[in-house]
Amino acid sequence: MATAFSATLPLHGSSQENRLLLPPTRLPPPSSFLGSTRSLPIRRLNHAHAARRSPVVAVQEIVKEKKPTNSLLITKEEGLVLYEDMILGRSFEDMCAQMYYRGKMFGFVHLYNGQEAVSTGFIKLLTKSDSVVSTYRDHVHALSKGVSARAVMSELFGKVTGCCRGQGGSMHMFSKEHNMLGGFAFIGEGIPVATGAAFTSKYKREVLKQDCDDVTVAFFGDGTCNNGQFYECLNMAALYKLPIIFVVENNLWAIGMSHLRSTSDPEIWKKGPAFGMPGVHVDGMDVLKVREVAKEAVSRARRGEGPTLVECETYRFRGHSLADPDELRDAAEKAKYAARDPITALKKYLIENKLANEGELKTIEKKIDDLVEEAVEFADASPQPGRSQLLENVFADPKGFGIGPDGRYRCEDPKFTEGTAQV
Amino acid sequence: MLAEDASFTVTHVHPMRTLDGITLPHVLRFLRFVTLPGKKKMAARIHGGAGAGAATALSTFNPKKLVAPSRTNLPAARSSKRCIVAAAGSDASKSLRVGHSQKLIANAAVATKAETSATTGTGHELLLFEALQEGLEEEMDRDPRVCVMGEDVGHYGGSYKVTKGLADKFGDLRVLDTPICENAFTGMGIGAAMTGLRPVIEGMNMGFLLLAFNQISNNCGMLHYTSGGQFTIPVVIRGPGGVGRQLGAEHSQRLESYFQSIPGIQMVACSTPYNAKGLMKAAIRSENPVILFEHVLLYNLKEKIPDEEYICNLEEAEMVRPGEHITILTYSRMRYHVMQAAKTLVNKGYDPEVIDIRSLKPFDLYTIGNSVKKTHRVLIVEECMRTGGIGASLTAAINENFHDYLDAPVMCLSSQDVPTPYAGTLEEWTVVQPAQIVTAVEQLCQ
Repeated sequence: MATAFSATLPLHGSSQENRLLLPPTRLPPPSSFLGSTRSLPIRRLNHAHAARRSPVVAVQEIVKEKKPTNSLLITKEEGLVLYEDMILGRSFEDMCAQMYYRGKMFGFVHLYNGQEAVSTGFIKLLTKSDSVVSTYRDHVHALSKGVSARAVMSELFGKVTGCCRGQGGSMHMFSKEHNMLGGFAFIGEGIPVATGAAFTSKYKREVLKQDCDDVTVAFFGDGTCNNGQFYECLNMAALYKLPIIFVVENNLWAIGMSHLRSTSDPEIWKKGPAFGMPGVHVDGMDVLKVREVAKEAVSRARRGEGPTLVECETYRFRGHSLADPDELRDAAEKAKYAARDPITALKKYLIENKLANEGELKTIEKKIDDLVEEAVEFADASPQPGRSQLLENVFADPKGFGIGPDGRYRCEDPKFTEGTAQV
Repeated sequence: MLAEDASFTVTHVHPMRTLDGITLPHVLRFLRFVTLPGKKKMAARIHGGAGAGAATALSTFNPKKLVAPSRTNLPAARSSKRCIVAAAGSDASKSLRVGHSQKLIANAAVATKAETSATTGTGHELLLFEALQEGLEEEMDRDPRVCVMGEDVGHYGGSYKVTKGLADKFGDLRVLDTPICENAFTGMGIGAAMTGLRPVIEGMNMGFLLLAFNQISNNCGMLHYTSGGQFTIPVVIRGPGGVGRQLGAEHSQRLESYFQSIPGIQMVACSTPYNAKGLMKAAIRSENPVILFEHVLLYNLKEKIPDEEYICNLEEAEMVRPGEHITILTYSRMRYHVMQAAKTLVNKGYDPEVIDIRSLKPFDLYTIGNSVKKTHRVLIVEECMRTGGIGASLTAAINENFHDYLDAPVMCLSSQDVPTPYAGTLEEWTVVQPAQIVTAVEQLCQ
C-alpha cells in the first residue's frame, strides 16, 4: 500500500464534540503522504498522544495554511467549472423543492443542499468513462456527472424524456452514457454495485487485456456505514485491490438519527485501515480540500493501488427529504454549517485570489438559473409515459415473459406493445 | 427408517476426491441418493461400461413397454437394492465398472427421448455436475466476458465440483473465490453485469442466497426497469437447493418459492444432465437475469448427452412421458419420484403424461395447456412448501387459463409447511413420496 494520508489539524477553527482534537504538534507537509499503514506498529492506547501515532489520520487544512499565495490550487477555468457545478446543484435542488410543493413531483425527494462540495470535488475530476454510484440523494451526482438538467427534471416529473423514461424517479438516476450507475433507494445496496463496476474495470485490464483505468466512486452517508454491505465491500475492494473510492458524506444525520447515537465509533475514516486501505477525513464543506483528497484517491485507484475510504464532513441544509419537518436538529448547529456554505466559501476564494470577479460569477449564476428554468419548462412540456411503456423494460429480452397458452411468446402478442397484454 | 417397503440401502459409495486429494465426507452424504422402490421389485439398471447398452436403455425408453422392464445387455446384479453411487468426480468412464458397488439409480433421467441424441449413437456420458461444468466451460471459452464468482468456486473447484478445474484454466480473476458475503458479491456480480461482464454467481447452497435477497430483488430484478432499459443485467445465479439427505432445515430450502414474485427475473430448474447443460448455456447467453436451480441430490445422475453443441430453451417445458389419462407437472428432483410412481401407475393401468416444467418463471402455458386439454386432469408434484410455492402459482395459472378443460380440481402435492427436520423418518414425511403420487392419481382418475 503506497500511500496513506497525512496531517492532523482540526477543522475550520471549531472543534466538534465528536472529533478527536489532535494537538498541533507538527505541521503537515503540504502534499506528501505517509507510507503504508501496514508497516506501522500497533499503537499503545494508553499513551496520551496515541492518536498522533495512529496509522492513518485525518487530512485537514491542506489548503488553508501552507500554500504560498502565488501557488493556487486551481486555475481560473477550473475554478469557474467548480463554481458553476455547485451553483447548478444548488439551484436545481431549490427548484425541485418549489416544484414539489407545487405538485409537479411526488414521493420521496431528497435534496442535496449544502453538500455540493463533495459532489463537485470528486466528480469533476472524473472522465466520462469513470462510474459514479450514489444513493437516493442523487440528483446532484447525476448533474455533476454530466446528465442534463432537462433529463433529471423530466425524470422527477415522471415524463418519458426523463433519463430513465420516468420509470425510476428521484431515487433512481441512471445514465449509461455518462456512467451514472444510479440512484438506489435502500441505503448500502449501491455499494456492491459500485464494487462490481470497479471489478469490471480490473477485469478488463487483467483478463481482457484492454487499456482500462476507469475508477468508480461510490457515495453514501453516515447511516450506511453501520450497514453490513458497506463492510463486506470494503473487504472485497481491498482484497482485490479494486479501483474504487468509497466516499462517505457524513452529514451527521440519518433522517432523525444522529450519527453519534447510532455509531459506536463515529470516526468513519478509521474503518478504512481496519480493512487495509487508507482512511481519510476531509472537510466536506470546502470544495478545494475535497478536490485535493479526491485527486490523490483517484490517482491511487488509477495506478492500481486499490481503494480508499474518504469521509467528508458535510451537512445538509434541508431536511432528510421534502417530507421531513426537520425538527430534531439544533438551530445552532444548522447556523454553524450555514456559515460554512461551500458555495460562499468558493466564491470568496475565487474573488480573494483574483481568479474571478463578481460579474463573472453573476453571469454564471444567471446562466444556471436560465438553464434550470428551461429544464422545468422542458419537463412540463414533455409527455407522460403511455400505456405502451408499461411492459417494455421489465426484461432486456422480453421472451422472459414466457409462452402463452396459444403457443406464442407473450411479447409477440400485439397487446404487449400496447401494455395491455396478459403476462 | 424409511417407508415400510423400502428395501434398499446404500452400498459402496465411491469417495469423491478433490483436487488436492482430500476426500469430502460431507459431500459423500449427498451422493446417497436413494429412492423408494415401488412394491414391485425391480432390477437395478446399470449404466456401465461403454455405455452403449445402458444408454440405449435410457434413450430408447418406450413408455408402452414399461410393464416389462427392459434388461440391459450388461450383467445386472439381481437385487432389490438400489442405490446411487457417487462416481468419482472427474473421470466418468473409469467409474463405469459394472459391479456391485457401482450401480446407479435406474430411473434416473429416463425417457428424455425427445431431447437426447443418444439415438444417433454418438454422444458422451457424464454426470449432471459435469454437464453443468461442460456447459459453463464452453460458454467461458466462447465469450471472455463470462466469469464465475462465488464461495470456493476457484481453488476448491466448487463444493459440488461444478467449477472444478476452471480456475486452473481461466485464472483466479475469472473464477473468483469470494469471501463469505453473499449480499455483497451478488451485488458485485450485478454491478459487473451492468458494466459489461456476464457473471455466473454461485450460491454454495441456494439457502445462502437469502442473504443476497436485497440484491436479487432490488437490483437484479429491477434495475433494467428503473433505469429505463439503459442497463442490462445478464447474470446467472445458480446453486443447489432442495431437500437433501438429512441436511437440516436451513440447508434444505426451496428458494424458488421466495424468488418467484420478483419481477424481471427468470427461473429455471434443471433435472437431467442434458437439460442441465442446455439450461446453463441458455442462461448464460440470455440477456435477462436467470436463476438456475439445481438440486443437491441430482448432481450424480448419469446420462449420455450429445457431443455437438446445443442449448435448451429457457421458457419451455419438457415432455418426459406422453400419456392420456392425467397430466403430472413436476420439476427437479420430484421428476424422479413421479417417474417412479409412473411405473407403478402403468402397472395399474393408468397412462400418466409427465411434464417437467423446467421453467419455473414464466410457466410454459403452451405445453402445459396442450396437455391439460388432452387429459383434463392435473396433478402437480413439487418440493416447495404448500404455502406460496411454485405449485400454488401453477395451480392458479391453470385454473385461470384452462378451467374449462378440467374434469377435476387441480391437485397439488407439495412438501409440508414444516422446517425440514434432521431425522430421516421425519424428513421423508415432509417431502412427497411416490406412494402419495400414486394415491393422488388414483383419486383424480376416479
